[in-house]
Parts: sequence; C-alpha cells; structure tokens
Amino acid sequence: MKISGSPGRWLIILPPLVFLLVFFLIPFAFAFKISFAESAAHVPPFTDVLVFTPDHHLKIAATLANYRYLLTDEVYGVAYLFSLRTAFFATLVCLALGYPMAYAIARAPRATQSVLLLVIMLPFWTSFLLRVYALEGIIRDNGLLNTVLLHLGLIHEPLRIMRTNLAVYLGIIYSYLPFMVLPLFATLEKLDPTLLEAAADLGSTPWRAFRDVTLPLSVPGVIAGSMLVFIPAVGEFVIPSLLGGPNNLMIGRVLWDEFFGNHDWPVAAAVSIAFLLLLVGPIAIYQYYNVRQLEA
Amino acid sequence: MERRGSLFPLSVLCFGIAILYIPILVLIAYSFNASPLVNVWGGFSTGWYAALWHNRQLLDAALLSLEVAVSASTGAVVLGTLAAVALVRFRRFRGRLLLTGMVNAPLVMPEIITGITQLLLFVSMMQLISWPHRGFTTIVISHVTFCTAYVTITVQARLASADRSLEEAAMDLGAGPARAFLEITLPIIAPAIVSSWLLCFTLSLDDLVISSFVSGPGASTLPMVIYSKVKLGVSPDINALASLIVCGVGVLILTAGWLMRRAERRRTLEIQLAAADFAAQ
Repeated sequence: MKISGSPGRWLIILPPLVFLLVFFLIPFAFAFKISFAESAAHVPPFTDVLVFTPDHHLKIAATLANYRYLLTDEVYGVAYLFSLRTAFFATLVCLALGYPMAYAIARAPRATQSVLLLVIMLPFWTSFLLRVYALEGIIRDNGLLNTVLLHLGLIHEPLRIMRTNLAVYLGIIYSYLPFMVLPLFATLEKLDPTLLEAAADLGSTPWRAFRDVTLPLSVPGVIAGSMLVFIPAVGEFVIPSLLGGPNNLMIGRVLWDEFFGNHDWPVAAAVSIAFLLLLVGPIAIYQYYNVRQLEA
Repeated sequence: MERRGSLFPLSVLCFGIAILYIPILVLIAYSFNASPLVNVWGGFSTGWYAALWHNRQLLDAALLSLEVAVSASTGAVVLGTLAAVALVRFRRFRGRLLLTGMVNAPLVMPEIITGITQLLLFVSMMQLISWPHRGFTTIVISHVTFCTAYVTITVQARLASADRSLEEAAMDLGAGPARAFLEITLPIIAPAIVSSWLLCFTLSLDDLVISSFVSGPGASTLPMVIYSKVKLGVSPDINALASLIVCGVGVLILTAGWLMRRAERRRTLEIQLAAADFAAQ
C-alpha cells in the first residue's frame, strides 16, 4: 500500500496510541507514585511524593508504609487468596457446564447453531448489573427457588443462599457462563469430523474417541474460556457486593471499601499495584510468549 | 456425524439456557406485580412502569447514561478502527508493540484497577492543568478507553480477513489510498464497526465500577443509581426499569443483527452477480 512508509500513516497511528498512552498507561504511573504517598486530610487526600523545595530542588517524600501495611495486615493476603480460590472453583463449574453446552451446539445443524449461539450471546449483551440483580430474585429467602422447593415439600424452611459464599459462586457462574461457551464452541466447531470417524473405524467407542481425540484438540478453547471467566471473576466487585455476605472478602470489594469507606487512596493505590503485579503480570507474560510461539 | 451419546450434552445445554433466562423472565414477571411485596402476587399491574416516569432521579440518570454511551461508543469506534487499521496494515512502526499491548490490556484488567488508576490520573491532572472536571467528561474518557479495546479486536479480525486485492484494484484504477479505503475497505469492515459500536454502547450503559470511581459529585449514571437502590433492598420500580432495559437492549441487538445479515447477504449476492456478469462477457 502506498500509504505505508509515508508520514501520513502517523495520522492513523497517533490518535489511538496517544489516547491510550495518556488515559490507560500513564494512570498506572500516577497510581505507582501515589502508592508511596501518605494519606492526608485535604483534597486530594494524599501527600505529594515529589516536592519542589523553595530553592528549586526536587525532593522525594516517598514512604513504603503502604506496602508494609499490605504485608502486615493479613486482610489483603487473605482476600487475594480467597478471590483466587473463588474464581478458580467458579471457573471449574463453568467449564463443567459450558463444555457439554458448547459440544451440543457444535453438533447441532447449521441453522439451529446460529439460533443457539444468539440465545447464549444475548444475555452477555444485555446488562450485567441487572442480571446479577435478577439472580437475587431467584435465590433470596422468599425467592423463586425456595418457593418452588417449599411447595414441592422438598424442604421445610427456606434455604439461606443470599449473603453466603454460595450465592457468590452462583452469581459468577450465572454471569460468566456465556464467556466459557463461546470460545469452546469456536474450537469444537473447527474440529475435523473425519478424525472421529477414523477413530470409530479403528474400533474406538464414542467415549474413547471423545477422550482421545476431541478433548485434547479442544484444549485451546478450554484455556481461552477459562481465562475469560477466571480473570474478571478474581477482580469481581458487583457480585460479592450484591450477593455475598458481609464477611465475603473478594479483593475487588476490599479495594472498593478501602477507597470509598476508609478514603485511604494511597493504600488503595498500593493494593492496585500489588494486585496488578500478582494477577495481570503473569497473564501478560503468558500471552506474550503465546503470541511469540504462534508467530514462530 | 456421529450422533450417539449426544443426549447428555443436549440436556446440559437446555439446563444452561434455562439458568441464563429464568432469572430475567422472573424479573419481568415481578415487574407486573401490583403488590410491592415480592412474595405476594397482588394481581397484574403496569403501575411500576408508570411510576418510572415520575422518578426524576432515574430519568436524569438514564439520560446521562445514554449521552455517555453514545459519545463513548462513537469515540471508541473511531479510535479503535484507526488502531485496527494501523495494526493490520502497517507491518512495522515504532510503538507497534506498545499499541498492541495497550489495546489488549484493558480486556484482562480488572475494572476496579482501571477505575482507581484513572481516577488518580484525573485528580493529578486537575492539580496540574485544572482539567478535566470529574463528571460527564471523565466518564466518557474512561469508557472510550476500555471500549476501544473491543472495537480494535473486532475490526482487526474483519480487516485481516478482508480481500486486499479489491483495494489494490481500486488503486490500480487510479484511486488514492484514502479514497480506496473509504470506498472499498470501509464498506467491507462496516458490519464489524456497527456491531462493535453496539457492543460499546451496551458495555458503557452497563458500567458501574469504573463510572463510580471517575465520576464526580452530581453526575450519577443509571447503573450507579440502580446499584445504590438495590443495595438498600428490593424496590419494585427497579424491576420495571430493569425489564425495560433488558428488553430494549435485546430488541436493539436482534434488529441490528437481522439488518446486518440482510445487508451482508445482499452484498454477497451483488458480488456474485457482478462476477457472473463479468464471466458472461
């Protein structure tokens, strides 16, 4: 293309590059800086890390107190591990539900397939917050689930699901199930059916053919779907806040409270930076090597 | 294809779809309940819908959210398409790796971290250059940031699979690169642009976490108002509002999808006809 190599192409590259640089990347630099500040009772509620002294010298007034606080106050470590555990088990359940779903869609006739995909996609397009709220209508003490179970005589008093960790699990599974199904479908659909026929011709039972052919070939979809569920679930705020009990310590909620409840911005900044390094760092490295491998 | 043993996946599929839809259907049913008590059916009523019209707080918030969503998705579509063109068409340039990273990172970044860091940026900018005031502007900027990622990914895929030879043919026939892009490439990637605009619109309309951090006093988006009401307990008017939003967005998405499919089909047909014409000559 003629435009390549001409200065005109910078008109295309620069707007998104500069915008994302200023409003996505540089904010982390500010968060990093403020994580070394002290909390203060003015607007904005933190001290300056870089101070110009009257004789025009730059003085750095940094403190490691916020990070020390993260290490000594065990609430953050507990919350981090609790979030990882919750996200991990919710992802497993999503996988157990989503895999057969994606499999069934991949096996459906073409015309049905697109309708089914639409049915799975539609909730993802509509409101996340409102879906979490809608789930409350099912699982609260006088919600649909308890009403039905009581009427059937299966239970004699309402199950307490709301404000428990079970409610948080249900919320994550319900909200993120479409994210698991779609990438799984994408890999299962591309699977060459002649491979399964070959396995059957060679005497494989359908189950063995599934275990030895389909399952290994669908691993990329399993990884993609699991990441799409696990990553946002770890940092989830809305679900633990609306469905979880007061003792539910998902890290997103702890951060929110630190910020809006305690108004301790420097500690919140330090938590963000630590969380970023512990969660997003490994993922970024994984992705980087993954892309490099694909390109090689 | 082998169909034996597919009863189990099929039943899980039905179960999964039921899980996805029952809460929404129950919510819609509740919204027509005349009784304000959730466990009592007080007869059919559209009273909660009528009550929405008199709730100024909700109407203001809805208006703000719609303005934010339209501005943010339009901004994101422009920036995201530019980024996609840059990444697909320009093989190497300074900052390519940086741009790739910044386009993909928001997709894996927990919202709460994006929210906090952007608030810290806006507060620091306010100190340095007295801009931007927290409110509409900062919410739009934040939404554009995370929406751009979705646009770039969608348009990038479409652009990468687009047939370059059409564009090259146009340029051989004397069109400049800009004109070739506008007349040939843009119509090809148009479906991706439309669908990513819609996705951005719904994502922006739905965002609670990032908006809560970056907005200022007096600027409450609809999700922020809904969240604070829901936090206080069940309120029947929220049922009505939620039903309206879910159905409205659903209809919007289905109509757009249907229109796009029709346009796409007509386009394929035209190309086939033109090819047949050419062959006949």
